[in-house]
Amino acid sequence: MASKLPSTPLLDDLEKGEWPSFVKEIKMAAETNPMCEDLLGLLERSYREKIGHWKHGGIVGVMGYGGGVIGRYNDLPEEYPHISHFHTMRINHPSGWYYTSEALRKICDIWEKRGSGLTNMHGSTGDIILLGTTTDQLEPTFSDLQKIDFDIGGSGSDVRTPSCCCGQSRCEWACYDTMGACYDFTMAFQDEIHRPAFPYKFKFKFSGCPNDCVASIARSDMSIIGIWRDDIQMDKATVKEYADGGMDIKSDVVDNCPAKCMDWDGKELTIENSYCRKCMHCINVMPKALAPGKDRGATILLGSKAPIVEGALLSSVMIPFIKMEPPYQEIKDLTERIWDVWCEEGKNRERVGEFIQRVGMGNFLEAIEVEPIAEMVAHPRENPYVFYEEYFEEDDGEEEEKG
Amino acid sequence: MADATPERRTDYGPPHYEQFLPPIIKENYGKWKYHEILKPGVMVHVSETGAKLYTIRASSGRLISINKIRMYCDLADKYCGGHLRFTSRHNVEFLTDKKENIDPLIKDLAEMGHPVGGIGNAISSIVHTQGWVHCHSAATDASGVVKAVMDDLIEYFTETKLPAKLRIALACCLNMCGAVHCSDIAILGIHRRPPRILHDKVKKMCEIPNVSASCPTAAIRPATVDGKPSVEIIEEQCMFCANCFTVCPALPIADPLNDGISIWVGGKVSNARHEPMFSKLAIPFLPNNPPRWPEVTTAIRNLVELWAANANKYERMGEWIERIGWPKFFRMSGIEFQKEHIDDFKHAGLTYKRSTHLTF
Repeated sequence: MASKLPSTPLLDDLEKGEWPSFVKEIKMAAETNPMCEDLLGLLERSYREKIGHWKHGGIVGVMGYGGGVIGRYNDLPEEYPHISHFHTMRINHPSGWYYTSEALRKICDIWEKRGSGLTNMHGSTGDIILLGTTTDQLEPTFSDLQKIDFDIGGSGSDVRTPSCCCGQSRCEWACYDTMGACYDFTMAFQDEIHRPAFPYKFKFKFSGCPNDCVASIARSDMSIIGIWRDDIQMDKATVKEYADGGMDIKSDVVDNCPAKCMDWDGKELTIENSYCRKCMHCINVMPKALAPGKDRGATILLGSKAPIVEGALLSSVMIPFIKMEPPYQEIKDLTERIWDVWCEEGKNRERVGEFIQRVGMGNFLEAIEVEPIAEMVAHPRENPYVFYEEYFEEDDGEEEEKG
Repeated sequence: MADATPERRTDYGPPHYEQFLPPIIKENYGKWKYHEILKPGVMVHVSETGAKLYTIRASSGRLISINKIRMYCDLADKYCGGHLRFTSRHNVEFLTDKKENIDPLIKDLAEMGHPVGGIGNAISSIVHTQGWVHCHSAATDASGVVKAVMDDLIEYFTETKLPAKLRIALACCLNMCGAVHCSDIAILGIHRRPPRILHDKVKKMCEIPNVSASCPTAAIRPATVDGKPSVEIIEEQCMFCANCFTVCPALPIADPLNDGISIWVGGKVSNARHEPMFSKLAIPFLPNNPPRWPEVTTAIRNLVELWAANANKYERMGEWIERIGWPKFFRMSGIEFQKEHIDDFKHAGLTYKRSTHLTF
C-alpha cells in the first residue's frame, strides 16, 4: 500500500452488502494512487457534512477540441491536494459498448499512468468516463489515446457522443443496424462533437425497436427508433406451442394489446395488422412465435430532454417511417436544417424540444421544410386560437380576375 | 497545458465496433431469430443458422476501478475468447457460445462480488449520476444511495419474481444527467433553499444578464449591492432548479439542512402496451441520511412490494397506478398527499382530475 488510507467509518459501511461496492473500488485504486486516498477523505467529509465539495469546472480541455473534458476542482485544495484538480475525460465508446480485453487493458494502462484509475463504465450519455486527472495530464492522455484509436467524446453545447442499443449484433427485434448507424453519424459529425457551436447540447440515440433499450424517446434530441410497417411475422405452430406450454394467450397477450387488434379462439391467433401500433408487447411475450415484419425502418422523433430549463419533454414524431440505409442522407439533411434554424433562432441553453415549444411546431415545420402530418400529434388542437397569416381584402378577387 | 505531440491526430472518432465483436456475432449479425431467458441473468440468442450465443449479465456498479476492469478482462479471456460488453444500465455482460462456461463464470463473478441477474421481470442496475464523488451541483450522493437501495433489493435483481420489469434511476440534482424522468421509480436529489448570493464574486465570475435570463421564473434581477454590480433573488419565486448556479458559480444552492431526496414513480420509456410516460411525484422529500439513507431504502422497498403484490402480470408501475387511479395509490401506499404533489408549473391544469372517474 502506498500509504495509510484515511479513516472513513461512514464509507466503510458501504463495503458491506451484496451489491458491488464503489467504496471497495476506490480503495482498490487507492492502493497505488494517492488521488484516490484524497478522494476517500473528501467523500467521507461529504458524508459527514451532507454537502458536496466540488466546484464548478473552469475551461479545460485538449488543444483543438472545445468539449469532452469536464473541469473539476475541490473547494478544500490545501487539505486534499492530490485532487485539487480532478478533471473528467469523456471517451467516445465503441457502438454497442463491445470491447476486447486487449482494448480495455490498453485504456486501463493509460489511465493508471495518467489519472486516478477510476472510471465509469459508462457515463449516462454512453461515453467511457475517465474520472479524475490533473490539467497537465489532459494533453498527454489524449496523446496516448490517439495511439490506441480512442477519441474524445462530447460535452457542453455540442453534439454529444451518440449511443445505440446492441441492435442486430444480438437482438432479433432490431429493425435496422443501430450500431452501424450510430458509428456512421458519429463519424459524420466529428466536428460538431468536438467543437461546441450550438445554443445547447444535441443528442442522438439509436434504438432498434420500440422497446427502446437506450431510452432514446426520453433522452435524445433526435430519437431514431426501429419500426416496421408490414405485418407481424407469425409462426402459428409455435404460438400453439406457447399455449400448450401453459401460456394463457388471451390474458397474457391478447388482453394486453393496446390496439385490441388481436384475437385468440383457443386454437389460432389472428392479428388485424392495419390497427397494430407496433408496441412490441406480443412479440416480447412470444419471441419464438412472433417477430417484427419484414419491411423495416425507423421512426424519427425530436425533442426529448430532462427538466432543466423549461420542463421535461418526450420526443415527438417527425418522420413516421424511413428506410435506414447508409449513408442516411435524408436524416442528415433534416438534421442540418434543424441545426440551421435552431442555431439562428435558439436562445442560450435552449434545447431543440424547448425551441419547438416556444416557436410552435407549425412554424418550426415550415422552417425545416417538413409537411405537417397527423402522425405528429396526439390529437389536433382543442382551442380555436389559430394564427392565420393572411386574410382577403375586398379587391383581392378583382386582382385575381385581372390575373 | 503541455504541447501537442507532433504527429497529433484529431476527429478520428471511436474505434469501429466490428473489431470488438466475438466471431459468433460477426457470423450471425442480423440473423438472430429468437431468445430465451434460461435463468436469472442468463439468456440465449438463437440464430437462423442454429448458432447459440449465451449472455451472462452481472451487476457492475457504475464507478469501477481499472483494477476491476482488468479482472473483467481476465474473465473474458478465460471464458469468452477475450470478449465482453457493457449495457446501457451499467451492467457488464459476458458473451460465449460455450454453454459449459456459464456456471463457472457465474461462480467466479460471485467470488469477485458481482451477482448475476437483471434480465426479464427483475430490477436491472440503477442508472445514476456522480453525486458527491465528482459533481458540483449534487443535492445528494449517487453511488451511496444506489448501493444502499440495491443491497436492500438484491433479491429482485438476482431473481425474476416481479410482475414486470422495474427500472430505477437516480439523479443527484434536477439537471438529471441520469435522466430519471421516465423511470418506474426515480430517486431525485433536490435543493429546497434559494441560492446564496456571493456579492463579492458575482461580477467577477458571472455574466449578469445571462444569470437573469437563466431563471425560468424570472426571479433574478440585476442589482447594485454595497456599490457593486450583483443580482437579487425574489425568494418566493425560486423553485430550486439551480439553473442560475449552473451559469453562475457565485450563487451556491447546496445546503445540508435543506437538501435531500424526492421519490417519483410510474414512468417508462418502452412503447410496450402503454405509451412512454413521465414519472410522477410520490414522496416530496426524504432527508439525506448517509451512509445508508434508511428513509429512502424503506420507502422504495415499500413501493416495490406494494406494486409487486398488486400489479397484473406484465403491468409496469405506471400502468398499474393508471389502472387503479392515483387516489387509490396514495391510500394503499400510506403516502400522505400534500400540496407539493399538485403541479403548478406550465400546463399544470392538464394534470387536474377532469372527470368523475373516481374510486372510493
